[in-house]
Amino acid sequence: MSAHHPVLQSLAYNFWYGATQALYGIDLAVPRHAVTALIGPSGCGKTTFLRSINRLHDLTPGARHTGDIRLEDTSVFASRSDPVTLRRRVGMVFQRPNPFPKTVYDNVAYGPRLNALAPDRELPDRVERALRRAALWDEVRDRLREPGTSLSGGQQQRLCIARALANEPDVLLMDEPCSALDPIATQRIEELIVELKQSYTIVIVTHNMQQAARVSDYTGFFYLGRLVEFGQTEQVFTRPADERTEAYITGRFG
Amino acid sequence: MSSPEPRWTLRGPNTGDRAYRVVLTGLALVLPLLILVLFAQLVVSALPAIAKFGPSFLWTSTWDPVAEVYGAAPMIFGTLASSFLALLIAIPLAVGVAIFLTEFAPRWLRQPVAFLVELLAAIPSVVYGLWGIFVLIPFLRAHVVPPLKAVLGWTPFFQGAFYGNSLLAGGIILAIMVVPYIAAVSREVLLAVPSSQREAALAMGATRWEAVRSAVLPYGRAGIIGAIILGLGRSLGETMAVTMVIGNRHDIGLSALQPAYTMAAAIANEFTEATTDMYLSALFEVGLILFIITVAVNALARLLIWRVARGAAVGSRAL
Repeated sequence: MSAHHPVLQSLAYNFWYGATQALYGIDLAVPRHAVTALIGPSGCGKTTFLRSINRLHDLTPGARHTGDIRLEDTSVFASRSDPVTLRRRVGMVFQRPNPFPKTVYDNVAYGPRLNALAPDRELPDRVERALRRAALWDEVRDRLREPGTSLSGGQQQRLCIARALANEPDVLLMDEPCSALDPIATQRIEELIVELKQSYTIVIVTHNMQQAARVSDYTGFFYLGRLVEFGQTEQVFTRPADERTEAYITGRFG
Repeated sequence: MSSPEPRWTLRGPNTGDRAYRVVLTGLALVLPLLILVLFAQLVVSALPAIAKFGPSFLWTSTWDPVAEVYGAAPMIFGTLASSFLALLIAIPLAVGVAIFLTEFAPRWLRQPVAFLVELLAAIPSVVYGLWGIFVLIPFLRAHVVPPLKAVLGWTPFFQGAFYGNSLLAGGIILAIMVVPYIAAVSREVLLAVPSSQREAALAMGATRWEAVRSAVLPYGRAGIIGAIILGLGRSLGETMAVTMVIGNRHDIGLSALQPAYTMAAAIANEFTEATTDMYLSALFEVGLILFIITVAVNALARLLIWRVARGAAVGSRAL
């Protein structure tokens, strides 16, 4: 485990959709400036856990939880930590690219405008910085006024990453960000993820174990709503402590 | 065309298929044909009036059956003004209802309220008219017009005495009648906005209202415009309820408190007393103008929706 103090911490976190329990006592510490991968078969709760971190379940009818998730030692559920402030600090990239039907520029400027993070004259710089960090600037510098939806799938996903980065979050949540992309676009995103961990803490949910092995520093294996194993990626993949982890990563189920 | 033979020749010609196609083609052509016939009929019947009054029919205000002088400007104005007023009231109301029902209402409330709103469309027009005369107008006279005059009486829109039957009453009745159309279609449109758009906005730190305003509404813009146009088309042609409350006076006035007239109301009111050929022909010309305005408004709207939707579709296909 990292010597640093964890950015995110989940403490005995249980989660229910109505009467169905989806997560059981998740204890997890997410190390700073590293990539943490959450793997596991479909329906194991990894996406549910990811969406708990930025409280995207707030609007799901019948959703409830016990336990706690802490961001820099403050509970994300504390009544004074409003989900709007939380989500500005915790960016999210979704399974399918979901740019707004606005221009490339307006997509990236969305967060800073919404949250009044920067005066108007600084907006262009901020947009450029976010697009550069998302490794998209060179491809779209002449297309900033075109609709974001006119880009290719891989570019759209990097646009969504740029949109999230424009808020200058501390943590970036990625929910299977490459599942809708071709192998080349996937590779570009993976390279980007490795680059981004210099400045951000990244939590990525993935179905693709090679991807987890390639990009992550830490890996958590979810199974049937429980966090079965968590550790450094190398250790989880070469010397798993739990036989279920071993069975999953060697492809015996999932 | 590189394939040797079209597939169907392999099976041999099929008489059933051919007959089916001929019948369907015929049926499909009946409706456009009907529109053309209707249009032609209107033109032919309006010809005497067109020949006598020329284009000035559109901008003169005299309507004198005794002297046989006709000008339709007040009705054209009244039709457009009452529909404009109706949309002014109905758009925020209907779009608001749609947003509430799709984004904010508790789940158990959504279906019943949507049902009740759509039920408004099932009430016969003449019942709206009666309600307008006996409920709406007294209410306006007692509770709405006095404060309106006190605050906005200095503007040209609320000048003069209020006798009840007025542009205002007509506009409000029309608004109530078009709300269910706009609300129902807008609701469908908002339901069709993918949740990924909402989540994208929420995950960026938008409040629920900001997510609606900055992500959901822009995404559904084309469809909402379509809904509004549908409402406009309905209100331009609405006859019974309007004629019962609008006052039916041939006059152009900016004040919403004054009586006015619409083309549809004039046709319905006057065709029984149109004893001379020229009178009848003038009414036919009014009908022709109403027809053209309605078709033009709808065509313009479809063009608009088509262009906006095409822009959005390019992106949605890439997803």
